[in-house]
Amino acid sequence: MSYTIEGKTGIWEIVVGLEVHAQIVSNSKLFSGASTRFGGEPNSQVSLVDAAFPGMLPVINKECVAQAVRTGLGLNARINLQSRFDRKNYFYADLPQGYQISQFEYPIVGEGTVEIELQNGETRQIGITRLHMEQDAGKLLHDQDPSRSFVDLNRSGIALMEIVSEPDIRAPEEAGAYLRKLRQILRYLGTCDGNMEEGSMRADVNVSVRKAGEPFRTRCEIKNVNSIRFVMQAIEAEAVRQIEIWENGGEVDQETRLFDAARGETRTMRSKEDAHDYRYFPDPDLLPLVIEQSWVDELKKALPELPDAKRARFQQEYGITSYDAGVLVAEQITADFFETVAKGRDGKLAVTWVTGDLFAALNRTSRTLEDSPVSAASLGKMLDLITDGTINGKIAKDVFETMVETGDEPEDIVEKKGLKQVTDTGVIDTAIDDIMTKHADKVAEYRSGKDKLFGFFVGQVMKETKGKANPALVNEALKAKLDQ
Amino acid sequence: MSLDIATTRRIAKLARIGLADDELETVRQKLDGILDWFNQLSEVNVEGIAPMVGTETEAMRQREDVVTDGNCQEAVLSCAPDKSGPFYTVPKVIE
Amino acid sequence: MLTGLTLTEARAGLAARKFSARELAAAHLSAINSLNPKLNAYITVIPEKDVLAAADSSDAHYAAGTARPMEGLPIGIKDLFCTRGVKTTAASKMLADFIPPYESTVTAQLLASGSVFLGKTNLDEFAMGSANINSAAGPVVSPWQRKGDEKAALVPGGSSGGSAAAVAAGLALAATGTDTGGSIRQPAAYCGIVGLKPTYGRCSRWGTIAFASSLDQAGPMTRTVADAALMLEAMAGFDEKDSTSANKPVPAFSKAVGKSVKGLRVGIPAEYRAPGLAPEISAIWEQGIAWLREAGCEIVDVSLPHTRYGLATYYIIAPAECSSNLARYDGVRFGSRAEAPSLDELYERTRAEGFGEEVRNRILMGTYVLSAGYYDAYYLKAQKVRNLIRRDFTEAFEKVDVLLAPTAPSAAFAQGENSSDPVQMYLNDIFTVPASMAGVPALSVPAGLDSQGLPLGLQIIGRHFDEETVLSAGSVIEAAAGFTHKPALFAEAGL
Ligand SMILES: [Mg+2]
Ligand SMILES: [Zn+2]
Repeated sequence: MSYTIEGKTGIWEIVVGLEVHAQIVSNSKLFSGASTRFGGEPNSQVSLVDAAFPGMLPVINKECVAQAVRTGLGLNARINLQSRFDRKNYFYADLPQGYQISQFEYPIVGEGTVEIELQNGETRQIGITRLHMEQDAGKLLHDQDPSRSFVDLNRSGIALMEIVSEPDIRAPEEAGAYLRKLRQILRYLGTCDGNMEEGSMRADVNVSVRKAGEPFRTRCEIKNVNSIRFVMQAIEAEAVRQIEIWENGGEVDQETRLFDAARGETRTMRSKEDAHDYRYFPDPDLLPLVIEQSWVDELKKALPELPDAKRARFQQEYGITSYDAGVLVAEQITADFFETVAKGRDGKLAVTWVTGDLFAALNRTSRTLEDSPVSAASLGKMLDLITDGTINGKIAKDVFETMVETGDEPEDIVEKKGLKQVTDTGVIDTAIDDIMTKHADKVAEYRSGKDKLFGFFVGQVMKETKGKANPALVNEALKAKLDQ
Repeated sequence: MSLDIATTRRIAKLARIGLADDELETVRQKLDGILDWFNQLSEVNVEGIAPMVGTETEAMRQREDVVTDGNCQEAVLSCAPDKSGPFYTVPKVIE
Repeated sequence: MLTGLTLTEARAGLAARKFSARELAAAHLSAINSLNPKLNAYITVIPEKDVLAAADSSDAHYAAGTARPMEGLPIGIKDLFCTRGVKTTAASKMLADFIPPYESTVTAQLLASGSVFLGKTNLDEFAMGSANINSAAGPVVSPWQRKGDEKAALVPGGSSGGSAAAVAAGLALAATGTDTGGSIRQPAAYCGIVGLKPTYGRCSRWGTIAFASSLDQAGPMTRTVADAALMLEAMAGFDEKDSTSANKPVPAFSKAVGKSVKGLRVGIPAEYRAPGLAPEISAIWEQGIAWLREAGCEIVDVSLPHTRYGLATYYIIAPAECSSNLARYDGVRFGSRAEAPSLDELYERTRAEGFGEEVRNRILMGTYVLSAGYYDAYYLKAQKVRNLIRRDFTEAFEKVDVLLAPTAPSAAFAQGENSSDPVQMYLNDIFTVPASMAGVPALSVPAGLDSQGLPLGLQIIGRHFDEETVLSAGSVIEAAAGFTHKPALFAEAGL
């Protein structure tokens, strides 16, 4: 355990737990048939149920339940075949019912774990306490009118998963790694798009500090932090604040705080005294949610391969390093791209081209894999041209650049530009003879012991053959002729 | 246990029912009387008895994930006591 | 006299073209005109042209031979059912101008069966009350009068008091009610009509303004048991928009009416013989037992040991649910709104001004029993006791087929009586609440008059989803009692 903060009175460690709200990917809302599409005209994706009109009733969306179960399975968590919905009662302008339907006492998913990897390659297990389903709230707009706030209920009632971690996180870096890993899993599963800017994934951060070996001290909750970087900054700022209070003989109050990213500090949102009394009780409009083990098994069977498993398989199947495999599985699209390139080919060669030349080219042209000018199939065909000796590695670089520029197929480029590798030893021998004649002085130097000149001759021969000569053949013939 | 005025005030605040002080006292007395009457339940032995949630006649039905509702902005806004364009309004909230 | 018919008689008359649906509707509108100012049974009367247009459409159906089960029958709708384009107030200032852009499932089904709606009947605000004195539209006056004390304005019972008074006084052939702790059965008993609370889940709750979701159940209020069966056939049925709606076929309830009850085991719950039970109530109960025995029933003594805790349990659970259900009345999306400079003040003023005293008190009580530190002692405890109450019924129904008990502990009382002490008022529900807690069906049938000339009702309680046996037993009581009394105020309008 490496991350600590040094205070006046000694070394402090931080204790962090995260509550992540992740919007479930579904067509319609958790309890109504209104659309979940992002960015619709205000209050257009709202049913009378979402607006809580008198007599309106909730009916649960089966796909949302399935998504929660899939996520639970992806987090190696216990699936509760019986769960229940409770009402969390409070008044706010973005909450039409005056309560949020949530799962309080009996969530659909119980304990699980997520493995995170740190910069130094170490791994850690972060415990998942629970995952439950609940309704999202609407949105308030404050800058449209001098005296009024405006209410848009399009988001109201969209399904959320609240994923609660154990207080197992001990460093800002771990919080970042946890969030990235969680987002990766959700995206692989297709249960949440993980888009923090659009608010489809948001984090509440619980932070406390303690001296080594102590029990937990009072924690504060920092609400609704909307980027991984801010989560990491908020943890650090909050830990420093708490340490200062303790060290000055004060007492940290349990409270809800907000992170002010511009100032890099947290500030009070509400204190314990005006903490809400949510008056949770079972929602009498709904019955207990009972699911079958056989259905859970079906969902499990249909799960996609998850990042950890894929990474292990890539290492094993393609003989690539753990680091490379980690880079490749970070995003599902990268992993799929790589696998198309590498399938039935040399995995190491594939990984070099994908993470090296291709990523560099994308970077240079500000593109992503989604709109890559070189398709995985084309890149694969290019690797075939290298492997079967049609082109050598150096020519391949040129061919690849042309592919990036034009999007043409590698074999067409080779054909059109006449880039086929020269393997005719006669041609190579002639070129060598020419070079040796031209540089008789250098030949003499070489023969008198200046071995280093060998590379010069290789370069000259390659130049003479416009780079198309097979480098191995060139080496072999040169050696024979020079050493005569 | 007797209901005090501070608790009555806190409950009224939680329920967002604005009551003047004299009304609060009237309410306190009414509720206190009813709470006394509730104390008869203390004599019922409920050991090992599960709470009854709803009428528990069956498990919950689940609907298919299709868009069948919404797209009725006019109806949704038709009864609003105050609105601005496609929005409901509330007094300005400072977040 | 068209306003005095039963649904069944009116249906036959219409089918035989003895009178038209238009005449039937017009007779009722004129009865409402003359008597509603006195009774205040309707909050909203649907405009004459709309009522008559609906009646004309029914006449066309009869002419075309496509008449539906309730074709042309004029009925009242409790103002708790949302009706598209027709003001729906729940008898609250909060919804004084609320015009729903949707139709409740129950009223939609009634319309689809050919019923003609006359208007929206008065009730206790948000269905909270047992006397229909808690209405923003003013109290309902019972059409019945005490012998020798004709000036006293009697309550019709509640919360479906407007529906009960309208049916009793000839202002509708029948009406819908909702029953949370007795709100159909108790006013039916007070007004000398039949009221049926079906099994929880039998009728959809969608579009009916909620009071206590785990208890609310819609049902018919009619002049006869056969009418209740006919109307329930139209109201009941599975609704996928209500998660608590039972996915069960609707039986032909009418076939159960008049069916022999020979060999039926009728339980008499010992605990309903509460000390201090009025002698006249005891007497009518004994009479009911005798009638059923004569009809061939086997009378069995049973015990429902947790009966006495039913009321307190109910008055914890129902307010708890209502405190949450009524949170949506916040002055933002519909309903009345009190302007205020801040959001919290908007909520507090809107809700203080919009809700009447009883509703406010129940919301506060419900908020209290759910709040931190009190939840376990009140709400959780009540839910456990509720389970014991349900178990009492389940065990009793292992020995018997139905239970027989009084509907209410007294006949109707006068406005102003019983109203200062809420607990005293709650006692009116003592015999109706246990069946609500258990979710079982229960029927109130008028069985006779007390010494003041006021109606008394008997209650038949059955197993979950066994309304049929309840109706069979109820029709035996009905036939034996031969209750044909009419209230002092009865609108004798029509042909
Ligand atoms: Mg949270
Ligand atoms: Zn949450």
